[in-house]
Amino acid sequence: MNSSFSAPELSKLPRPDLIDDKDGASFTALLRKHKISSDEYAKILDILGRRPTLAELGIFSAMWSEHCSYKSSRVHLKRFPTEGPDVVVGPGENAGVVRLSGKLCLAFKMESHNHPSYIEPYQGAATGVGGILRDVFCMGARPIANLNALRFGLRTHKRTPHLVENVVKGIGDYGNCVGVPTVAGNISFDASYNGNCLVNAMTVGVIHEDRIFKGYASGRGNLVIYLGSATGRDGIHGASMASGSFATKDANERSTVQVGDPFTEKLLLEATLEVLEKGLVVGLQDMGAAGLTSSAFEMAGRAGNGLFMDLDHVPVRTAAMSAYELLLSESQERMLMVIEPHRWDELKAVLDKWQLACTVIGVVTDTGRVQIQHQGQLEVDVPVAPMTDAAPKYERPMKPRAKPEVDGSSYNKMVSDLVLQRGPEALLLATLRDTGDKEKVYRQYDHHIGTQTVLGPEEQGAAALWVRSEWADPSEPFLGMIAVAACNERYNRLDAYHGGAHAVLKAARSVAAAGGKPLAITDCLNYGNPEDPAVMADFSAGVDGISEACRELAVPVVSGNVSLYNETDGESIAPTPMIGMVGKISDVRLSPAATVKQPTQLFLLYPKSVKPEFGGSLAAKLLDQNGRQGVAPAIDWLAEKESMNFLREVINNDLVAACRDVGDGGIVTTAVKMIAKTDLGLTLRLQAKELAGFSEIERYLGELGGSYLLAIKPGAESKALQLAASLRYNAVVQAGQVEVSSVVSWGPWTTPLQLCQHAFTSSLV
Amino acid sequence: MKRITATGVPRIGLIEFPGSNCDRDCADAFWRHFGIKLQPVWHTERVLPNLDAVLLPGGFSYGDYLRSGALAAHSPIMAAVKSFVASGGPALGICNGFQVLTESHLLPGALLRNQGRKFICKAVDLMAGSGESVYCRSLASRRLRVPIAHGEGRYHIDNDGLQRLRDNGQVAFRYVDQNGAATADANPNGALDNIAGIVSENGRVLGLMPHPERATDLLIGGSADGLAILESFLTSFM
Amino acid sequence: MASVGSPDSSEFEVVVQLKPEVLDPEARAIQETLARIGYDGVRSVQVSKRYILTVDDKSGQGAALVESVAREFLANPVSETFQVRKL
Repeated sequence: MNSSFSAPELSKLPRPDLIDDKDGASFTALLRKHKISSDEYAKILDILGRRPTLAELGIFSAMWSEHCSYKSSRVHLKRFPTEGPDVVVGPGENAGVVRLSGKLCLAFKMESHNHPSYIEPYQGAATGVGGILRDVFCMGARPIANLNALRFGLRTHKRTPHLVENVVKGIGDYGNCVGVPTVAGNISFDASYNGNCLVNAMTVGVIHEDRIFKGYASGRGNLVIYLGSATGRDGIHGASMASGSFATKDANERSTVQVGDPFTEKLLLEATLEVLEKGLVVGLQDMGAAGLTSSAFEMAGRAGNGLFMDLDHVPVRTAAMSAYELLLSESQERMLMVIEPHRWDELKAVLDKWQLACTVIGVVTDTGRVQIQHQGQLEVDVPVAPMTDAAPKYERPMKPRAKPEVDGSSYNKMVSDLVLQRGPEALLLATLRDTGDKEKVYRQYDHHIGTQTVLGPEEQGAAALWVRSEWADPSEPFLGMIAVAACNERYNRLDAYHGGAHAVLKAARSVAAAGGKPLAITDCLNYGNPEDPAVMADFSAGVDGISEACRELAVPVVSGNVSLYNETDGESIAPTPMIGMVGKISDVRLSPAATVKQPTQLFLLYPKSVKPEFGGSLAAKLLDQNGRQGVAPAIDWLAEKESMNFLREVINNDLVAACRDVGDGGIVTTAVKMIAKTDLGLTLRLQAKELAGFSEIERYLGELGGSYLLAIKPGAESKALQLAASLRYNAVVQAGQVEVSSVVSWGPWTTPLQLCQHAFTSSLV
Repeated sequence: MKRITATGVPRIGLIEFPGSNCDRDCADAFWRHFGIKLQPVWHTERVLPNLDAVLLPGGFSYGDYLRSGALAAHSPIMAAVKSFVASGGPALGICNGFQVLTESHLLPGALLRNQGRKFICKAVDLMAGSGESVYCRSLASRRLRVPIAHGEGRYHIDNDGLQRLRDNGQVAFRYVDQNGAATADANPNGALDNIAGIVSENGRVLGLMPHPERATDLLIGGSADGLAILESFLTSFM
Repeated sequence: MASVGSPDSSEFEVVVQLKPEVLDPEARAIQETLARIGYDGVRSVQVSKRYILTVDDKSGQGAALVESVAREFLANPVSETFQVRKL
């Protein structure tokens, strides 16, 4: 392809027909199909000074969709704390970047692909992984770890097995082929997701602080290059599909799902990193949601420039595609690059090596407009700045939900009685079945490639990687990166503010349990229909809860994603603000697993203000409670910060063999999961005086705030307890032991180990 | 542990195909543990540089399209690799590299889709077969713990071929249980005779599905048994 | 190069499948699932790959070309067999 390219005399190009906004019924249908309100249409008229062409209407539809413009969420997201001394790149770029050690930084982000995954789970999940990988390597960062968070409806729901099998396969096939290890994640099953599964994919990459690349289309006369797979009809209007709820009648949205090619992605990854390393490009943007359109506007917008593009040069898979289709296709594995013309030959040499097609399709201008021609017509002529500046920004009405009327203690008593009726041991087995061993899933993910995985999915806690890089501080040769994704949707259903804060806290606890110090978070805010004031109130409260936790823990938000309209037939999902957190440990050799491999004493670290609760608990879920009563465990910030510091201290002093935060199903469920994959048994005898006033059901199955089960290394008990003695807001007591036996003995109950193991490993996933 | 011979540091070519993704791990392992810098050789080259040995790493060359390793086997560089091997040159093919070797007919047999039809990532135990190759001799009676990560690792060969492998002592590694027995339970993918790796007739070409480069540090996966396999490879030409 | 459907080219079909003695877990899984979900009467399932090649055939050399491509490339002789058919 010729490297010389110049914009034609645009004033001589005729426009195609502008849309007809006089014909009432068909015009109304056109706007509805594009999900553009009449107010938004009035703005378009104002921005253009005329009626739009169909292609322009399609562009506004995509760019102003919820998914791309965050129109319902922007006003709230700006409340997030986004700054910190180690933040190198905050929200607004392809990924957030935070300093890890020396000049070594982590670029990371989480994204959702919920709606496509419900329609076509294999490709939806695969392309979700593809998209987030591109966001990270587009900045020049080499991906080193993938995580994913999945939510499905009940295991017994007819669609669930198909969704689970194919989502997992899609994630595995794509990530394995590209060669990035999938090291951690979480999956849960809740009736709330029966009509809307959630697939949140996160990637962490490494990059040198001074070589972070951003997507700017700068320099008038520079060439705009199309790179990667040819464009086909896949995924047109994928962005607006993700911006609407499902109704059972819309079951036939098959055509809007994109198909991924991880082999091409791998080539794109290597080519991109090589091209960036050689300094060959000025701007780079992957074509994600809203394809060519969004990358063009984003790049031009960031640089404050304009672009001219000629769609006749876009490589196509399908003949006779219209401008509209070319602009809105979401065919995968494509990128837009901006280069200085004299670099074309060098660029082509690299791309030829990686067998990637590249074509000059445009040029950077200084018009401040995106102008696009196709087959002799000026299909698009839109000013760049108003696309973002005048993008709709809604302050949607909010109506917080009524607080539950049943107070915590009465609820706990009621649930305890139900547990006794059902049988505490039956409940333990039910909690084990519900949380479920994830081995069938992670066996399908290559979690070893990269040879940096120290703690992977087998260890059940946060992932810990030994990051070997010449950019790191040489005094940290065993530098570790900790990564985790977390959110408890049941707590969120009860109280969206508390649920948002708790999600951050849960992630931080996992990081602390691995000996790490949290650095920053990314998020995927999965909520229902924002036009429902209760959902909007949940969203706003979630943002505030997350913000509070971030401030308390001094952990900024550096990137993120919002997924709204997770609703089917009028039922929204429970608020699910998924938090992805990265942390650091100086010496990853000291990072303990969340599982126990040999007989040992167990200790419980817990806040003195501890109060077991059944509100939003796993036990309550399994007793078919509606999940809207009772209270979730209160957050005691002073105690949380103190216990996390204590854990870092004992772990970094090499005193800890295993550590795990007490989560779903309380102390007994957590303890059993720690030993379930061994043949060791367990005795739990909680000797905490602060827990003495609670019933045994509450002590063992009730859920607690900031508490951890610890196995101390042999010979290190006295040192650890000595350090614990100076704790003000927390205490450490003996909790029992892991031993050679065939039972789990907890309080007054004794459950055969085999039953526990079977319950844990026998469910669908 | 570093290895520098009297004749200098060994020159090992690392053949890279589009989609190879364990090349960096191999380079890292050889550098950190042996002080050897692998020499990357791109698949479009027609001539190998002066080399003592050749390594084909794991990954998804050509996306595993057509069959795993099939397209890579037709890469320009493979003619040169075949000549190198024909003149007695040592070679090591790991995972996808093993698949490329069988597709190139440098090793007999084929690697088919796992019996369970799913990709499997886990640590397995291996034992060396009985034979005269450096691998069988130096690793005899040792149970080695090395990870696998593949979707097409089921070794297959016809009956005559299997007999020849056994007669010639070409079975390099089998999947075994904790007691060193090659049982069905210990077989992760349905491979014939629990075969995890084989050598060529002259014993100088090894292909195996498990990844020794992923078991070189106790910190990673709790096993450094992969080092023994890589050391045997080095011994075969140093 | 001759275009599709011109007198200078011909279309050939190559079908590749695993040899009967080689276990095909995919075919087995399909057969078992069919039985389980109520499709009685399916006695066997074989899975194969079908390639359609359009080749130069001005002087009748197309068949030999396709045969060669199938044997050397599309099928793995260790585990697969193939059939070629002119369309």
